[in-house]
Parts: sequence; C-alpha cells; structure tokens
Amino acid sequence: MLTITDLHKSFETADAPMPVLRGVDMEIATGECVALTGESGSGKSTLLHLVAALDTFDRGSITLDGQEFSGMGDTARANLRRTRIGVIFQQFNLIPSLSVGDNLSFHARLSDRYDAAWQAELTERLGLSELVHRWPEQLSGGQQQRVAVGRAIAARPALVLADEPTGNLDEATGSAVMDLLLDLVAETQATLLMVTHSGALAARLNRRIHLRHGRVAEVAAA
Amino acid sequence: MTGLILRTLLSHWRSRPFQIVTLLLGLIVATALWSGVQAINAEARASYAQAAATLGTDRFDSLRPRGAQRFDQRAYVALRRAGWLVSPIVEGDLRLDGARFRVLGIDPVTAPADLPARPDLQGDALTGFLGQAGLILTGAQTAGRLPADADLPPVRVMDGIAPRTLVMDIGTAQRLLGMSGQLSRLIVLPEAQDGIPPLAVAGIEWNRIAPRGADGGIAALTDSFHLNLTAFGFLAFAVGLFIVYSSIGLAFEQRKPMLRTLRALGVPLRLLMLVMVVELTALALLAGIAGVALGYLIAASLLPDVAATLQGLYGAQVSGTLSLRPAWWLTGLAIAMGGAGLAAADTLWRTARMPLLSAALPEAWHGAQRRAQRVQGIAALGCFALAAVLSQTASSLTAGFVLMGALLIGAALSLPVMLSVILGLGARRARGPLAQWGWADARQQMSRLSLALMALLLALSANIGVGTMVMSFRDTFTGWLDQRLVAEVYVTASDAAQGQEIQRWAQGRVDAVLPIWSTETRLGDMPASIYGVAQHATYSDHWPLIEELPDAWQSLASGQAAMINEQMAGRRDLSPGDRITVPLPDGGEWPMIVAAIYSDYGNPTDQVMVDVDLLSERFPDIERLRFALRTDQTAEIIAEARDRFALPSDQITDQAAIKALSLAIFERTFTVTGALNVLTLAVAALALLTAMLTLQLMRLPWLAPLWAMGLTRAALARAELLKVMALALLTAILAIPVGLGVAWVLTNVINVTAFGWRLPMNVYPADWLRLIGLSLLTAAIAAGLPVLRLARTAPRTLLGVFASER
Ligand SMILES: Nc1ncnc2c1ncn2[C@@H]1O[C@H](COP(=O)(O)OP(=O)(O)O)[C@@H](O)[C@H]1O
Ligand SMILES: [Mg+2]
Repeated sequence: MLTITDLHKSFETADAPMPVLRGVDMEIATGECVALTGESGSGKSTLLHLVAALDTFDRGSITLDGQEFSGMGDTARANLRRTRIGVIFQQFNLIPSLSVGDNLSFHARLSDRYDAAWQAELTERLGLSELVHRWPEQLSGGQQQRVAVGRAIAARPALVLADEPTGNLDEATGSAVMDLLLDLVAETQATLLMVTHSGALAARLNRRIHLRHGRVAEVAAA
Repeated sequence: MTGLILRTLLSHWRSRPFQIVTLLLGLIVATALWSGVQAINAEARASYAQAAATLGTDRFDSLRPRGAQRFDQRAYVALRRAGWLVSPIVEGDLRLDGARFRVLGIDPVTAPADLPARPDLQGDALTGFLGQAGLILTGAQTAGRLPADADLPPVRVMDGIAPRTLVMDIGTAQRLLGMSGQLSRLIVLPEAQDGIPPLAVAGIEWNRIAPRGADGGIAALTDSFHLNLTAFGFLAFAVGLFIVYSSIGLAFEQRKPMLRTLRALGVPLRLLMLVMVVELTALALLAGIAGVALGYLIAASLLPDVAATLQGLYGAQVSGTLSLRPAWWLTGLAIAMGGAGLAAADTLWRTARMPLLSAALPEAWHGAQRRAQRVQGIAALGCFALAAVLSQTASSLTAGFVLMGALLIGAALSLPVMLSVILGLGARRARGPLAQWGWADARQQMSRLSLALMALLLALSANIGVGTMVMSFRDTFTGWLDQRLVAEVYVTASDAAQGQEIQRWAQGRVDAVLPIWSTETRLGDMPASIYGVAQHATYSDHWPLIEELPDAWQSLASGQAAMINEQMAGRRDLSPGDRITVPLPDGGEWPMIVAAIYSDYGNPTDQVMVDVDLLSERFPDIERLRFALRTDQTAEIIAEARDRFALPSDQITDQAAIKALSLAIFERTFTVTGALNVLTLAVAALALLTAMLTLQLMRLPWLAPLWAMGLTRAALARAELLKVMALALLTAILAIPVGLGVAWVLTNVINVTAFGWRLPMNVYPADWLRLIGLSLLTAAIAAGLPVLRLARTAPRTLLGVFASER
C-alpha cells in the first residue's frame, strides 16, 4: 500500500544544503506493522514526516494506495492527512485547551468519521473513561500518550505513523501503550510504520527496516 | 469541520481569560479614544454649520454699511422701494445672568423661505411672533439655560436653531438689544440683482459680503484645535493598537503548537486562516460596539469643557451635549475592524508561512535583531531629514502636521537603536556575571518590548508637547493680558449719548479716561478692525510691541503712522516702515506707515491701531461706547458708575475679573488635555503590561537555567522589575527632547499657520520630573503582575523547560 522509491531530502543550512535522505526505497503491504530503526540523526523522523505528508521532498516518490505525493498541493496534503493517516508524536501534541474527551474524538470529528459507539469502546479500552473531563495537563505521560493513540485510531486511518511513541515513557508504561496500539491497529486493519530505537519493541512487529546515512541499510523479518 | 475548528481556536481563550480581556480592552480603548475625539469634532462642526444656517451667512450675500456696526432702518425701506430684494437682520449679544446668548431678529415676511425658523411660522405662532409681546424661538437646550426670572417674551422650542441662539422678530430684537430703529445687516435674497446698491438710494455706502460657506468661517479658526484633538485621538488609537498587536502576538505564540497539531491532523491552511479571520472579526465587532459606546461617554463628559474652550478662545458656540449620529457609529465599528486587521496582519501572515514542523534550529535573534534595527535606524534618519526640511519650509497646516508625524515616527523608530546602544555600553561596563547577564538580557528583551516602549515614548512626548504648548499659551496670554489690560476699569456705554455722559462724569472722578473706539472695514480684500487709542503713558509704557520704529507712539498722534497686530503683519507680509492705506467713509484715503507690530493673542482678525481723535474725525460714524478708566479706587468707581448709569454687570468690568475669566477658560482647556493625557498614558501602560506577559512566557527557557544555577525566583523577579523600570526611565528621558520638538512644532509652525501668531515657547522642567515619575509608575504597574507571577512560578514549570527536549 505504501511505496517509496529513490527518496531524497536535504535541509538548507547556513553554508550548503545538508542531505538527510539519499535514495530511500521501501515497500509496505496493507496490514503490515513495520519498525523503522537507525541511529539518532539517521533521518527516521524526517522520513516519517514525509510519509505523513507533513513535509515535501526533493526527489523520488511516495505513493499511498497508488496516490502519488509529489506535486500535491497544500490542501490535497491536508486532506490526505485528515482522511487517511493517523500520527502519534513523541511529545503527544494534545490540544491543551480541549478536554481529554474532546481531544480523543477530535480527529474523527474533523474527518467526519465520528462514531459514538466506537469512540466509547475505544475510550473504555484505553482506560480513559474516568478521565474524559480532565485537561491534558492533568494527565501523566502514559495517559497522555494513550489519548494520542486514541485520537489517531478513532478516525480509522489506513496508515498509522508513530515517532518513538514510547520515547518519553518508562518501560512498563511504554509497553502497556504499545500493547494497546498494536491491538487497535490489528483490529482496524491499519498499516503501521513506527520509529523506535528499542530492539525489543521492534521485535514485536512484522518487519524491521534499518536506516543508515539516509539509506535503507537492511531489511529484516522480525 | 469549520465549526469544530472555530470552537477549538476559541477554547484557547477559556484557559487564558486575561489574554482575551487585554485584547478586547486594547481594541475597546483604541476605538473609544478615536471615536470619542471624532464625536467631539463632529458635534462642534455641526454646531458651526447650524449657526451659519440660522444666521443665513452660509448661503446668502449680506449688505453691511461701510464703517459702521448698524444703520437706520429707513435705509432698508429706501432700498426696498428702489427694488432691492433684501431682508433686514438685527443681531447682537444678550447677557442674562452671566450667560451669553446670540439674538437674531428677522422679518418673517421678507426673510428667505429656507432660513431656519422661518417655515414653521404660521397661524398662531406668526401672530405671536409679530405681536406686541413677541415670541422667542430657540432650541430645547438653550431654552433650558434661559434664566427663569428674566423679563423675556414667551419662548417656543424648535429644532434646527443653533446653540445659544434666540430667534425673534426684528421689533422684539431691537427692544431687547436697545437698538430701536436700527438694523445690523441686510440679507440679499437669491433672486435679487448682483452688485452693490448705489450711494444715492439710501445715503449709505454698502459692503457686499459673500457667503462664508457651511461652517460660517469659524472652522478656519477652530481647525487647529480640532486638528490637535484629532492628532491626540489618532495617537491614542495607535497606542491602543500596540496592545492589540501584542496580545494577538501572545495568543499566536501560545497557540502555535495547537495550530501545528491542527495542521498535522489535516486541517487545510486556507480553512484555518479563514476561521482565524472569522474569529478576529467577531472579536473586533464586539470590541467595536463597546468601544464606540465608551467613546460616546468620553466625548459626552469632555464636551462641556471643549465647548467652554471654543467659546472662550474663539467665540465659537458649540452645543454642550452630544447627539448620536449613525454615521459615527459605523465609522467607529469600521475603525475597530480596520485596527484589528492591522494589528493582526503580522500574525495572520506568520500563520500562513508557519512551517508545519517546528524548526530544528533556534531562531538566530542576534542577527535578526541587528538587521531590524539597522532598517529602523535608516527609516528614522529619513523621517528626521524630512522633519528638518519641513521645519524650515512648512507653511500650511497640513505640512505642519506632516512635520509632527515625521518627528514622532522618527523618534519611535530610533528608540530601539538608542536603547540598544545604551544597554550595550552598560553591558561592556558591567562587572560580575549576573550584571552582565542583566544588561545583555535587557537588550535581548528589547525586540519584544520595543513596540510597547515606543507606545510609551509617543504617549510621553505627546504629553510633554501638548502640555508645554498649553502652559506656554497660558503664561504668555496672562502675561500679555497684564500688559494689555493695564487700566483698572473697562466700561461700555449703552449708547452714544450715555457714552458722552460717562466720559464727562469720569473726567472729574478718575486719573485718566481713555476712549477705545473702533470700526470694521476692509483693507484690500480682507476685513480688518481699526482701533483708536488715546495718547497716554498707559499704552506707551505697557503695550506689548514685537517690532517698532523709533518714537512709534509719538508718530501715531501725527496721523502719519499706525500700529498693526502680528496676525496682519504675517498675513500681509508687512514690517515696520511699510505703507498701508485705509479707505475712508467719505471715499478718501488715509495712507500711513507701519510704526510697530504688536502681539494680539486669540484675535482672529487683522487689526490696525491709530490715534483715537484722528479716527473719530475721519470715521464720524464709529461707536463711541468703550472707555478704559485709570484709578486707584476700582471698587468705588465701579459701584458709582453702576448706580449712576444703570449699567449691567457685563458693561462695566474690572481688569482682575477679565483675567480671572480667561484663566478659568484655560482651566477648562487643561481639563480636556489632561484627561486625554491620562488616557494615552493608561493605554501605554496596558501595552507594556501585555508585552511583558508575552515576553515572560517565552523567556521561561532563558530564566530556568539561572534558577537551576541557584538564583531564587524572587531574585529573578526583582531583576526583571529593575530591568523594565530602567527601560521605562531611559524612554522617559528620551521622550523629553521629542516632546519639546512637538511643542516647538505646535507653537512655531502649526500655531503660526493656523492663527497668524507665534507663541513664545517656555519650558517646564518640573513637569518633566512629574512625567518621569509617572512613567516609572506606569512601568511598575505594568510589570507588577508578570513579575509577581514569575516569583510564584512553580518549580515544576521551570523543570519542565529541561524535560521537554525538541
Ligand atoms: N528542519 C531542519 N533543518 C535543518 N536540519 C534538520 C531539520 N530537521 C532535521 N534536520 C537534520 O536532519 C538530520 C536527521 O534528523 P532526524 O530525521 O530528526 O533524525 P532521527 O533519525 O534522529 O529522527 C539531523 O542531522 C538533523 O539535524
Ligand atoms: Mg527523531
């Protein structure tokens, strides 16, 4: 469902453009759960942002279910993010002025896919039922990340992207959030691409793609 | 989707109620001051126009006798018989219980049909109007002011009559004004012939006076006053926009993560912008309505003082109460919207260009700030250059205001550069790491605070400039009154016969009787008054001369020389030694040399002063009513004259009372300028407060390390307070020269072009100290809340700075 070919991306710096991705190729099938690993600074987040249509690339192509990213306008990319993709950030990025409940249903309502029953079930399974009337700042990190997972999944996106979702959490909390995420992804038949530097986490997914110096260094079945 | 986004954006304010309050407050105050001043101006202009319409001077030509204030009504009859379509008018001032009213006597039969008050005269009203008892027509407000016990004909209230004006039949007016058989002028009906009636018809030589336009000519006089008010209103509006700008900027900084998240979740940029504009429009509408209402209150409370000032300084009659005008509501709302748009433009632009992903590298503020300051510095130099050129060449009111604008904008733009230089010097001299950090940090804060500091600078310099002008005017004017009103008692007779009686009586009772007789005439194509004064030490010792030839006073007696006022010298480009020619009623001419120029503050018209004996010889028709009396028994003389000649109190005044009156007028002016000054300063304080709040939020990451290194929160708060106060102090000191520049422009450029006389400018250092104190107070109040919040910041919040890595 996701095809990336010869993807190039560089950032402008003071003196010369700095290449970050230099020809990334990969293919991910529908329903697959893939871990993206690599050293810090190897370009994982950059790649994820490109797949999330948050940023534009210099050369190559990304297609999602046959839809080509390059040449897409701002509005088209916004539509894509709203309707097809769910993103989970390391910093959670909840909306501080909205209650937990409103945050949870936000993306679903935004994309017109709000389903009260599904929303209630999701809230229940994420263990957030008691917390829907609280503000994000009153939650622990693990709770906040569960809200972020719920927000992404509630809209039933075809592709879920996560950038070190457990990076700010301790091991036990992180693993609990992971369980929930993987369950929900499987249940909604979504495809998952997740950046992580934890070998243990990567091992729980179907496949692992390792980035080095802006290229795919190895692909390994988990 | 749109509703959801709007609700989400609005949810931000729920958690920051203070922010929305300052935003709305800024917009409300800006709109209120602007529209309040506009309301005052509109009311005054409407009053002028109404006065002109009531008097008929806006549309109709008038005939006046040459060299006299009034004429025999038989001349009117003769003109009508000769086929001239004219209608008679009797005009004069009536004092009742100290209040002044303008009496207008018309003839309803011949008056033009569209003269106000005329069409409503029918049936009963017309009979009453023309009847023996008479009938007074006047506006509701004026009717309320008439003393209850005055011996007046019945009063009927009518719309459309100018403030403080009483319209009545010719006969009634003649009786009330003591002008039996006399008329003031004739209105030439639209269908009448052109030209001037020949001398043969009525034995009088006429001047035909063209309509003076809708404002009756008074606007030219009061323009400067209104322009001053407008400038004030505009300045306050600009300062208010600073607040709106910084609170919108603050909201943007805080909402940035939210906006990013919204965009990441797939909200198209265009929709996001649209919703933000909708939000802004709604807020602006809300604030606009409140602002216009507040402006109305401000205008209504200031209007009586403004009316008193205009009446006292220029003799302009302005209604003391405000009427509501729909156009004014609409412009007020438009101003609020436009202002909000202007203040938000930057934020909207930044939202549009905001990268979806936060930049990995922190903003290089050093370079950016230096670049911005260089641009500002160059722009400031441009403004100053323009101001320098205009200060030499400005010869119109508009040029004067452009000069003031260039000066103020240049000063505002150069403020950050100057402060940066001063702070840089301080940093270089500082010892110890903390002091060094303090100076450098103040410099870095500048980029955010500079807008608010500019607002403070503008408010302070407007304060100093207007204050200096008004106080200079008061001091000059009272000093000048001391010179000019040397005689102890001034008396005005009711008619010429009584004038002779008074003169005869006084000659035996007082040290000197000095006639002050005058006439109106035209010199060239402009009107001028000619005053006759006696040869007496009272004048030669005290009269305020600006420039003179040797033996100026002696040369007056010979009839070869005259003195002219500064206005006339300026307008006609005359200096001592130049020649002028006064036309005489008998058709002859009176050539004279200008022997001296005297200052004549507050007088709008040109004036020529000659010897009184020669004047009465050559203008046999002049009024011989006014006398100045020199005596050391003021009280006794006044009492005796009152008894003997049954003089009302406004016809005999002592010099002290006149001075007290003019000082009282100045007090009203001070009330108006003082209120506007306080309001602009308050607005500047609010601007500073919102800027501080914005700044504090962004500065937490910079302060947290200091806290981690062992500075207490209280120490950090103290340092913050000290820094803001220091910046305010520097700004206040820099505001002094700018304010003096503004005062110079007001007194030496704007005043000269508007009134024809230059105002000597005095300086008032005590006032500067007061302002420096006020600005420190302003800064302390503005910084108080943010500093208190800093001192109470939870350690967890400070720790959070380290926890959240990007
Ligand atoms: N906006 C940006 N501007 C300049 N350089 C960037 C930007 N974002 C990322 N980089 C650089 O690109 C490289 C890859 O970053 P990133 O994709 O975040 O790595 P990681 O694999 O740790 O997530 C790093 O060297 C980073 O400094
Ligand atoms: Mg990363």
